[in-house]
Amino acid sequence: MELRELSQLVEPDPLDLALVQAIQGGLPLVEQPYAQIAGELNITEAEVIRRLRRLLETGDIRRLGVVVRHRELGYRANAMVVWDVPDDRVSEIGRLLGRQPCVTLCYRRPRRPGRWPYNLFCMIHGRSREGVLRNLERLIDECGLGWLPHDVLFSLRQFKQRGAKYIGDRDRAIDPAGQLSAGLT
Amino acid sequence: MAAQKESILDRPLNPLERRLLNDFQDGFPLTPRPFRTIAERVDSTESEVMTTIQHLQSQRLISRVGPVFRPNRVGASTLAAMEVPAERLQQVADMVSGYGEVNHNYEREHSLNLWFVVTAEDRASLHRVLKEIERRSGLEVIDLPMVEDFYINLGFPLQWS
Repeated sequence: MELRELSQLVEPDPLDLALVQAIQGGLPLVEQPYAQIAGELNITEAEVIRRLRRLLETGDIRRLGVVVRHRELGYRANAMVVWDVPDDRVSEIGRLLGRQPCVTLCYRRPRRPGRWPYNLFCMIHGRSREGVLRNLERLIDECGLGWLPHDVLFSLRQFKQRGAKYIGDRDRAIDPAGQLSAGLT
Repeated sequence: MAAQKESILDRPLNPLERRLLNDFQDGFPLTPRPFRTIAERVDSTESEVMTTIQHLQSQRLISRVGPVFRPNRVGASTLAAMEVPAERLQQVADMVSGYGEVNHNYEREHSLNLWFVVTAEDRASLHRVLKEIERRSGLEVIDLPMVEDFYINLGFPLQWS
Protein backbone atom coordinates (compact mmCIF):
# COMPACT_ATOMS: atom_id res chain seq x y z
CA MET A 1 0.00 0.00 0.00
CA GLU A 2 2.80 2.34 0.86
CA LEU A 3 4.18 1.69 -2.62
CA ARG A 4 0.91 2.49 -4.26
CA GLU A 5 0.70 5.80 -2.44
CA LEU A 6 4.23 6.67 -3.46
CA SER A 7 3.54 5.81 -7.07
CA GLN A 8 0.85 8.47 -7.13
CA LEU A 9 3.26 11.16 -6.11
CA VAL A 10 4.71 11.93 -9.50
CA GLU A 11 6.97 14.94 -9.41
CA PRO A 12 4.66 17.91 -10.00
CA ASP A 13 5.59 20.87 -12.11
CA PRO A 14 6.71 23.79 -9.86
CA LEU A 15 4.42 26.24 -11.61
CA ASP A 16 1.47 23.86 -11.18
CA LEU A 17 2.30 23.68 -7.48
CA ALA A 18 2.38 27.46 -7.23
CA LEU A 19 -0.95 27.58 -9.03
CA VAL A 20 -2.46 25.02 -6.66
CA GLN A 21 -1.20 27.03 -3.74
CA ALA A 22 -2.68 30.21 -5.16
CA ILE A 23 -6.16 28.77 -5.74
CA GLN A 24 -6.58 26.11 -3.04
CA GLY A 25 -8.48 28.54 -0.83
CA GLY A 26 -10.71 29.65 -3.68
CA LEU A 27 -10.59 31.93 -6.69
CA PRO A 28 -10.62 35.64 -5.93
CA LEU A 29 -14.11 37.12 -6.40
CA VAL A 30 -13.06 39.70 -8.94
CA GLU A 31 -14.07 40.26 -12.54
CA GLN A 32 -10.89 38.69 -13.87
CA PRO A 33 -9.82 36.10 -11.30
CA TYR A 34 -7.42 34.28 -13.63
CA ALA A 35 -5.67 37.52 -14.51
CA GLN A 36 -5.24 38.34 -10.83
CA ILE A 37 -3.69 34.91 -10.14
CA ALA A 38 -1.51 35.30 -13.20
CA GLY A 39 -0.24 38.58 -11.79
CA GLU A 40 0.65 36.89 -8.50
CA LEU A 41 2.51 34.10 -10.29
CA ASN A 42 4.09 36.35 -12.87
CA ILE A 43 2.67 34.43 -15.82
CA THR A 44 0.00 35.29 -18.35
CA GLU A 45 -3.74 34.86 -17.84
CA ALA A 46 -3.80 32.51 -20.83
CA GLU A 47 -1.15 30.37 -19.14
CA VAL A 48 -3.22 30.14 -15.94
CA ILE A 49 -6.28 29.08 -17.93
CA ARG A 50 -4.28 26.60 -19.99
CA ARG A 51 -2.79 24.98 -16.90
CA LEU A 52 -6.14 24.82 -15.12
CA ARG A 53 -7.68 23.19 -18.17
CA ARG A 54 -4.92 20.61 -18.24
CA LEU A 55 -5.18 19.88 -14.49
CA LEU A 56 -8.91 19.34 -15.01
CA GLU A 57 -8.27 17.04 -17.98
CA THR A 58 -5.80 14.90 -16.06
CA GLY A 59 -8.23 14.81 -13.13
CA ASP A 60 -5.72 16.31 -10.69
CA ILE A 61 -8.35 18.96 -10.22
CA ARG A 62 -11.53 16.96 -10.04
CA ARG A 63 -13.87 19.86 -10.47
CA LEU A 64 -13.76 23.63 -10.48
CA GLY A 65 -16.77 25.53 -9.21
CA VAL A 66 -18.99 26.39 -6.32
CA VAL A 67 -18.25 24.34 -3.20
CA VAL A 68 -21.42 24.30 -1.10
CA ARG A 69 -21.77 23.69 2.60
CA HIS A 70 -24.28 20.86 2.91
CA ARG A 71 -25.11 21.35 6.54
CA GLU A 72 -25.97 24.97 6.14
CA LEU A 73 -28.14 24.11 3.15
CA GLY A 74 -30.22 21.77 5.27
CA TYR A 75 -28.43 18.50 4.55
CA ARG A 76 -27.75 17.86 8.19
CA ALA A 77 -27.70 14.09 8.28
CA ASN A 78 -24.41 12.59 7.22
CA ALA A 79 -23.61 8.92 7.54
CA MET A 80 -20.33 7.21 6.91
CA VAL A 81 -21.31 3.73 5.79
CA VAL A 82 -18.52 1.19 6.05
CA TRP A 83 -18.40 -2.28 4.51
CA ASP A 84 -16.30 -5.39 4.94
CA VAL A 85 -15.83 -6.55 1.36
CA PRO A 86 -13.73 -9.55 0.26
CA ASP A 87 -10.51 -8.14 -1.20
CA ASP A 88 -11.09 -9.65 -4.63
CA ARG A 89 -14.43 -7.88 -4.99
CA VAL A 90 -13.74 -4.51 -3.41
CA SER A 91 -12.95 -2.65 -6.66
CA GLU A 92 -16.04 -3.92 -8.41
CA ILE A 93 -18.33 -3.15 -5.47
CA GLY A 94 -16.60 0.19 -4.87
CA ARG A 95 -17.26 1.26 -8.45
CA LEU A 96 -20.88 0.15 -8.13
CA LEU A 97 -21.38 2.16 -4.92
CA GLY A 98 -19.54 5.19 -6.33
CA ARG A 99 -22.11 5.37 -9.13
CA GLN A 100 -25.16 5.53 -6.85
CA PRO A 101 -26.74 8.99 -6.77
CA CYS A 102 -27.09 9.06 -2.97
CA VAL A 103 -23.40 8.27 -2.45
CA THR A 104 -21.18 11.34 -2.18
CA LEU A 105 -17.79 9.68 -1.67
CA CYS A 106 -16.51 6.13 -2.00
CA TYR A 107 -13.01 5.06 -0.95
CA ARG A 108 -11.16 1.87 -0.22
CA ARG A 109 -9.12 2.03 2.98
CA PRO A 110 -7.07 -0.57 4.84
CA ARG A 111 -8.48 -2.85 7.51
CA ARG A 112 -6.71 -2.77 10.89
CA PRO A 113 -7.01 -6.29 12.28
CA GLY A 114 -8.46 -6.37 15.78
CA ARG A 115 -9.36 -2.67 15.63
CA TRP A 116 -11.21 -1.99 12.41
CA PRO A 117 -12.65 -4.63 10.04
CA TYR A 118 -14.06 -2.48 7.23
CA ASN A 119 -12.27 -1.77 3.94
CA LEU A 120 -14.83 0.21 1.91
CA PHE A 121 -16.15 3.61 2.99
CA CYS A 122 -18.91 5.71 1.48
CA MET A 123 -20.75 8.82 2.57
CA ILE A 124 -24.47 9.34 2.30
CA HIS A 125 -25.86 12.82 2.92
CA GLY A 126 -29.50 13.67 3.46
CA ARG A 127 -31.90 16.11 5.01
CA SER A 128 -32.75 13.69 7.82
CA ARG A 129 -31.50 10.54 9.48
CA GLU A 130 -34.58 8.67 8.25
CA GLY A 131 -33.93 9.85 4.71
CA VAL A 132 -30.33 8.62 4.84
CA LEU A 133 -31.41 5.23 6.21
CA ARG A 134 -34.10 4.89 3.54
CA ASN A 135 -31.53 5.64 0.84
CA LEU A 136 -29.16 3.11 2.34
CA GLU A 137 -31.86 0.45 2.45
CA ARG A 138 -32.72 1.05 -1.18
CA LEU A 139 -29.04 0.99 -2.13
CA ILE A 140 -28.48 -2.33 -0.35
CA ASP A 141 -31.52 -3.74 -2.07
CA GLU A 142 -30.79 -2.47 -5.57
CA CYS A 143 -27.09 -3.34 -5.49
CA GLY A 144 -27.68 -6.73 -3.84
CA LEU A 145 -25.35 -5.97 -0.93
CA GLY A 146 -27.42 -7.61 1.81
CA TRP A 147 -24.72 -10.23 2.33
CA LEU A 148 -21.99 -7.75 3.21
CA PRO A 149 -21.25 -6.88 6.85
CA HIS A 150 -21.59 -3.13 7.25
CA ASP A 151 -21.99 -0.41 9.84
CA VAL A 152 -23.47 3.10 9.75
CA LEU A 153 -21.67 5.91 11.58
CA PHE A 154 -23.82 9.03 11.74
CA SER A 155 -22.03 12.24 12.54
CA LEU A 156 -22.88 13.92 15.82
CA ARG A 157 -20.87 16.99 16.70
CA GLN A 158 -18.94 18.77 13.98
CA PHE A 159 -15.79 20.09 15.60
CA LYS A 160 -14.07 21.43 12.53
CA GLN A 161 -14.80 21.68 8.85
CA ARG A 162 -12.87 23.53 6.23
CA GLY A 163 -11.21 23.05 2.89
CA ALA A 164 -8.08 20.96 2.85
CA LYS A 165 -4.85 22.86 2.74
CA TYR A 166 -2.28 20.85 0.87
CA ILE A 167 0.59 23.23 0.71
CA GLY A 168 1.67 25.51 3.49
CA ASP A 169 0.90 29.09 2.64
CA ARG A 170 3.73 31.45 2.34
CA ASP A 171 1.96 34.51 1.16
CA ARG A 172 -1.75 33.79 0.99
CA ALA A 173 -4.22 33.18 3.74
CA ILE A 174 -6.47 30.19 3.22
CA ASP A 175 -10.20 30.59 3.48
CA PRO A 176 -11.03 29.08 6.86
CA ALA A 177 -14.57 28.29 5.76
CA GLY A 178 -15.50 24.66 5.42
CA GLN A 179 -16.29 22.57 2.43
CA LEU A 180 -17.71 19.14 2.16
CA SER A 181 -17.06 17.89 -1.28
CA ALA A 182 -13.52 16.89 -0.57
CA GLY A 183 -15.10 15.05 2.32
CA LEU A 184 -13.19 12.22 3.86
CA THR A 185 -10.03 12.23 1.87
CA MET B 1 -45.72 18.31 2.75
CA ALA B 2 -45.18 21.35 4.91
CA ALA B 3 -42.73 23.89 3.59
CA GLN B 4 -39.34 23.12 4.99
CA LYS B 5 -36.68 25.65 5.68
CA GLU B 6 -33.94 24.94 3.23
CA SER B 7 -31.14 26.74 4.89
CA ILE B 8 -30.09 29.00 7.66
CA LEU B 9 -31.42 31.91 5.62
CA ASP B 10 -34.64 33.31 7.02
CA ARG B 11 -36.16 33.41 3.55
CA PRO B 12 -36.35 30.95 0.69
CA LEU B 13 -33.49 31.03 -1.77
CA ASN B 14 -34.31 32.94 -4.92
CA PRO B 15 -34.00 31.36 -8.39
CA LEU B 16 -30.61 32.95 -9.08
CA GLU B 17 -29.21 31.71 -5.77
CA ARG B 18 -30.50 28.22 -6.49
CA ARG B 19 -28.96 28.14 -9.92
CA LEU B 20 -25.63 29.44 -8.69
CA LEU B 21 -25.59 26.86 -5.89
CA ASN B 22 -26.61 23.93 -8.02
CA ASP B 23 -25.49 24.50 -11.61
CA PHE B 24 -21.92 25.70 -11.17
CA GLN B 25 -20.39 23.16 -8.82
CA ASP B 26 -18.56 21.79 -11.83
CA GLY B 27 -17.54 23.34 -15.13
CA PHE B 28 -16.81 26.81 -13.80
CA PRO B 29 -16.04 28.87 -16.92
CA LEU B 30 -12.38 29.08 -17.90
CA THR B 31 -12.95 32.38 -19.62
CA PRO B 32 -11.20 35.65 -18.77
CA ARG B 33 -14.42 36.93 -17.15
CA PRO B 34 -16.06 33.81 -15.76
CA PHE B 35 -18.73 35.64 -13.77
CA ARG B 36 -19.87 37.38 -16.93
CA THR B 37 -20.02 34.01 -18.72
CA ILE B 38 -22.19 32.70 -15.88
CA ALA B 39 -24.35 35.81 -16.02
CA GLU B 40 -25.02 35.20 -19.71
CA ARG B 41 -26.13 31.66 -18.94
CA VAL B 42 -28.44 32.57 -16.09
CA ASP B 43 -29.78 35.73 -17.67
CA SER B 44 -28.27 38.06 -15.10
CA THR B 45 -25.44 40.55 -14.91
CA GLU B 46 -21.82 40.06 -13.97
CA SER B 47 -22.11 42.28 -10.93
CA GLU B 48 -25.30 40.60 -9.74
CA VAL B 49 -23.69 37.17 -10.02
CA MET B 50 -20.64 38.32 -8.09
CA THR B 51 -22.70 40.05 -5.41
CA THR B 52 -24.92 36.99 -5.01
CA ILE B 53 -21.96 34.65 -4.66
CA GLN B 54 -20.38 36.99 -2.14
CA HIS B 55 -23.65 37.05 -0.21
CA LEU B 56 -24.00 33.24 -0.25
CA GLN B 57 -20.45 33.04 1.00
CA SER B 58 -21.02 35.46 3.84
CA GLN B 59 -24.15 33.47 4.75
CA ARG B 60 -21.86 30.43 4.86
CA LEU B 61 -23.83 28.50 2.24
CA ILE B 62 -20.85 28.49 -0.10
CA SER B 63 -17.45 27.61 1.21
CA ARG B 64 -15.60 28.96 -1.81
CA VAL B 65 -15.53 29.03 -5.56
CA GLY B 66 -12.55 27.01 -6.50
CA PRO B 67 -10.98 23.64 -7.15
CA VAL B 68 -11.61 20.28 -5.55
CA PHE B 69 -8.42 18.26 -5.92
CA ARG B 70 -8.09 14.58 -6.51
CA PRO B 71 -7.24 13.14 -3.11
CA ASN B 72 -3.60 12.28 -2.47
CA ARG B 73 -2.61 13.84 -5.76
CA VAL B 74 -1.24 16.93 -4.19
CA GLY B 75 0.28 16.28 -0.80
CA ALA B 76 -0.79 13.42 1.43
CA SER B 77 -3.88 12.88 3.51
CA THR B 78 -5.53 10.32 5.70
CA LEU B 79 -8.65 9.61 7.71
CA ALA B 80 -7.86 8.99 11.35
CA ALA B 81 -10.04 7.54 14.09
CA MET B 82 -9.77 7.53 17.88
CA GLU B 83 -11.69 5.96 20.72
CA VAL B 84 -12.01 8.75 23.26
CA PRO B 85 -13.73 8.43 26.64
CA ALA B 86 -16.93 10.53 26.51
CA GLU B 87 -15.83 12.88 29.27
CA ARG B 88 -12.61 13.72 27.41
CA LEU B 89 -14.09 14.00 23.92
CA GLN B 90 -14.49 17.78 23.76
CA GLN B 91 -11.00 18.38 25.11
CA VAL B 92 -9.31 15.88 22.78
CA ALA B 93 -11.39 17.12 19.82
CA ASP B 94 -10.31 20.71 20.51
CA MET B 95 -6.68 19.62 20.69
CA VAL B 96 -7.02 17.79 17.35
CA SER B 97 -8.83 20.73 15.72
CA GLY B 98 -5.98 22.97 16.80
CA TYR B 99 -3.76 21.46 14.12
CA GLY B 100 -3.69 23.37 10.85
CA GLU B 101 -3.27 20.01 9.11
CA VAL B 102 -6.70 18.85 10.34
CA ASN B 103 -9.53 20.00 8.12
CA HIS B 104 -12.52 17.85 9.07
CA ASN B 105 -13.14 16.69 12.60
CA TYR B 106 -16.35 14.94 13.58
CA GLU B 107 -17.85 13.01 16.43
CA ARG B 108 -19.48 9.83 15.10
CA GLU B 109 -21.73 7.21 16.59
CA HIS B 110 -19.33 4.35 17.24
CA SER B 111 -16.90 3.21 19.91
CA LEU B 112 -14.35 4.90 17.62
CA ASN B 113 -16.04 8.22 18.21
CA LEU B 114 -13.64 10.84 16.85
CA TRP B 115 -12.92 10.94 13.11
CA PHE B 116 -10.73 13.51 11.43
CA VAL B 117 -8.96 14.14 8.15
CA VAL B 118 -5.32 15.16 8.18
CA THR B 119 -3.70 16.72 5.13
CA ALA B 120 -0.04 17.59 4.82
CA GLU B 121 2.70 18.13 2.27
CA ASP B 122 3.93 14.55 2.51
CA ARG B 123 3.49 11.26 4.33
CA ALA B 124 6.26 12.05 6.83
CA SER B 125 4.66 15.29 8.06
CA LEU B 126 1.36 13.45 8.24
CA HIS B 127 2.84 10.78 10.49
CA ARG B 128 4.44 13.37 12.73
CA VAL B 129 1.02 14.93 13.35
CA LEU B 130 -0.62 11.55 14.08
CA LYS B 131 2.19 10.56 16.47
CA GLU B 132 2.02 13.87 18.27
CA ILE B 133 -1.75 13.56 18.73
CA GLU B 134 -1.18 10.07 20.18
CA ARG B 135 1.46 11.36 22.54
CA ARG B 136 -0.52 14.37 23.71
CA SER B 137 -3.75 12.42 24.22
CA GLY B 138 -2.28 9.15 25.42
CA LEU B 139 -4.73 7.44 23.05
CA GLU B 140 -4.23 5.33 19.95
CA VAL B 141 -4.79 6.96 16.56
CA ILE B 142 -5.90 4.60 13.80
CA ASP B 143 -4.55 5.69 10.42
CA LEU B 144 -6.83 4.80 7.49
CA PRO B 145 -5.34 6.31 4.32
CA MET B 146 -7.23 6.06 1.08
CA VAL B 147 -6.10 3.11 -1.03
CA GLU B 148 -8.42 3.48 -3.99
CA ASP B 149 -10.98 6.07 -4.99
CA PHE B 150 -14.21 5.00 -6.66
CA TYR B 151 -16.10 8.24 -6.74
CA ILE B 152 -16.20 10.80 -9.52
CA ASN B 153 -16.90 14.01 -7.66
CA LEU B 154 -19.05 16.18 -9.86
CA GLY B 155 -20.64 18.08 -7.05
CA PHE B 156 -23.66 17.58 -4.92
CA PRO B 157 -27.11 17.68 -6.53
CA LEU B 158 -29.35 19.88 -4.41
CA GLN B 159 -33.06 19.19 -4.21
CA TRP B 160 -35.38 22.05 -3.49
CA SER B 161 -38.37 20.48 -1.79
